[in-house]
Amino acid sequence: MTETSQIRATAPKVGLFVTCLVDAMRPSIGFAAAKLLEDAGCEVIVPPQTCCGQPAFNSGDRATTRDIALQVMDAFAGCRYVVAPSGSCGGMLARHYPELFQDDPGLSAKARAFAAKTFELVSFLTDVMKIERVDARFAKRVTYHDSCSGLRELGVQTQPRKLLATVEGLDLVEMRENDVCCGFGGTFAVKYGEISGEIVGKKAENIEASGADVLLAGDLGCLMNMAGKLSREGKSMEVRHVAEVLAGMTDTPAIGAPENREA
Amino acid sequence: MSVVATSSRFKDNAHRALGDGQLQKALGNVRHNFIDRRAQAAARLPEFDALRDQARDLRDHVLAHLDIYLDIYTQKVTAAGGHVHFARTSEEACRIITDLAKARGAKTVTKGKSMVSEEIGLNAALERNGIEAVETDLGEYIIQIRGEAPSHIIAPAVHLNQEDIEHDFRRLHTWLPKDRDLTAPESLLAEARATLRAKFLASDIGITGANFLVAETGTSVIVTNEGNGDLTQILPKVHVVVASIEKIAPTLEDVSGFMRVLARSATGQDMSVYTTFSTGPRRPGDVDGPEEYHVVLVDNGRSNMLGTDFQEMLRCIRCGACMNHCPVYHAVGGHAYGWVYPGPMGAVLTPSLIGVAEAGHLPNASTFCGRCESACPVRIPLPKLMRHWREREFERHLSPATVRSGLALWAFFAKRPKLYGLAARIGVKILALAGRSKGRFAWLPLAGGWTKYRDMPAPQGQTFQAMWKSRGGAVR
Repeated sequence: MTETSQIRATAPKVGLFVTCLVDAMRPSIGFAAAKLLEDAGCEVIVPPQTCCGQPAFNSGDRATTRDIALQVMDAFAGCRYVVAPSGSCGGMLARHYPELFQDDPGLSAKARAFAAKTFELVSFLTDVMKIERVDARFAKRVTYHDSCSGLRELGVQTQPRKLLATVEGLDLVEMRENDVCCGFGGTFAVKYGEISGEIVGKKAENIEASGADVLLAGDLGCLMNMAGKLSREGKSMEVRHVAEVLAGMTDTPAIGAPENREA
Repeated sequence: MSVVATSSRFKDNAHRALGDGQLQKALGNVRHNFIDRRAQAAARLPEFDALRDQARDLRDHVLAHLDIYLDIYTQKVTAAGGHVHFARTSEEACRIITDLAKARGAKTVTKGKSMVSEEIGLNAALERNGIEAVETDLGEYIIQIRGEAPSHIIAPAVHLNQEDIEHDFRRLHTWLPKDRDLTAPESLLAEARATLRAKFLASDIGITGANFLVAETGTSVIVTNEGNGDLTQILPKVHVVVASIEKIAPTLEDVSGFMRVLARSATGQDMSVYTTFSTGPRRPGDVDGPEEYHVVLVDNGRSNMLGTDFQEMLRCIRCGACMNHCPVYHAVGGHAYGWVYPGPMGAVLTPSLIGVAEAGHLPNASTFCGRCESACPVRIPLPKLMRHWREREFERHLSPATVRSGLALWAFFAKRPKLYGLAARIGVKILALAGRSKGRFAWLPLAGGWTKYRDMPAPQGQTFQAMWKSRGGAVR
């Protein structure tokens, strides 16, 4: 047996739930997540997937949500863990799937077991894989936004800060109201665009006032919302998913930034 | 329903609110003051979260046995010489109170702050019967003279600035010297006090709400910071308590448990300045108190919530913490919600009381950030309950046709991973080609709700799943 296959034999099999936004908009986050998981000693697989079901769930369409939830649970059935680079989708899988099937005796145990093996990426690295530090360098001043679902549904707050502190050269400065919603809210951002725009406007003020050059968060939806507002207001701010920095994979253009011409 | 609702026009209301500079200035105070003070008060009390659990459990116990407790409460009020009236609707509640007032030849009633009296439209009903109603809480007095509804359940005039109030006082208190100095908030308070003093003395009936109704003793409890509630209920010959049926606390001991979380959650005070317990009318030998004591218990749709997905909403003790912590409330203020109860608690309660057809926007106008639930002293799962309203709307086909068809189209693909993958690959390729040079879009078809207020970052050009497959699972 080679050394690699020995590691493979004991490595926990992690199904990467990449999320529909990362899949379509920013695959580099998915690769950063996969690298972090492999560095932590996991075997990463990517079962066929679409979405966690939140658009249906939060629009009141429970039947469609249940169909999608069953599809996700079946696709990841062979995984020891399910990990998502998102607190929002992670919260959907880990908190709301059990709620969807709580009155269904045939499926509630399945949903609870699935929820128990599902984690948001960064907290999985620190809390389950017991990762203390990452091997990355990013010599910039960054600020971190606590996305709501990760923070309040999954308790993700200290974990990203702990790992960011081990990134060589990185200086973390906290913005005011870092735990206040950015105004994204999924379809809310389109259905109530004006209110959403007002909320993200206040967020952009806090981001700018922090004095940071880089904005990080753990959810692409929130990041696209904040990046879109910052660029609309002509503010130059590098916006990235926290996984990109932790994985040392920051050579791609930032969110909402033009293609790297010299690259 | 006696207050005209504009909840169906929430978007227009919100648009106006966002353009109102004075309102936006006033809302800035909510954002910081209430939140910081609550956090400090909670930090001073290590057992705060345990007290919240107790409060939640006790409210659940009361709701599970509400019929029994209402029965005991009624017996105790009666034994203390008071009278209990049950009102199924707003109209019944108003009629009971106006009949009481007319039978006693009342011309003026003074009122302590009461949200349920706003809900039933009591002031308008009294005025239709030729009876002057005078609000004695400073905030309520201010909005009454402006002809407005409260914009917050504990701080009704929180949408106003000092200069707005000064302007109204000068307009209405014409008997006072024109050159008086009203620049300090204290001077406004002193002027309101002096004006209200005469009203207290002339009042025929005092009407208060109740924070709690104690079953074991038949006592009504109010908490205030101004003492106006005491003058309202002690000076007139008749004290009428108007309260909704779920306000029951089994024992005085239980009230003390609720009190420990109420003011801390509301204003960050350890206790409100005044906590007043009233049991029946004045007894022989009492130094003060009313000759008659009445309680009007208002249902107005609440008993229909028992046993449903929305029963948990009846745990609410009206502290206002949910709206204080709500980014949507901070943006648009309370009036945009278009009825009596704003913010997250209003987004759940209003559809229950006036119907989801009228109030359908409210449970939708939330990002589900969950900050309300995390601040609620009785741990009401407000986002979950808002989502239940969205489910009712979806079931009853009340959600907009464009939303339904968009959702159906998306669901068709989301349930077919292969087809979804193909569509995603084509879609992001086109978008990436179009957006590559700038890295973002200032406008996108079908996404105007987004691009009117912010740019849309462009995709990188391929889907993760396609790339992962083509690289054979290699990370780089």
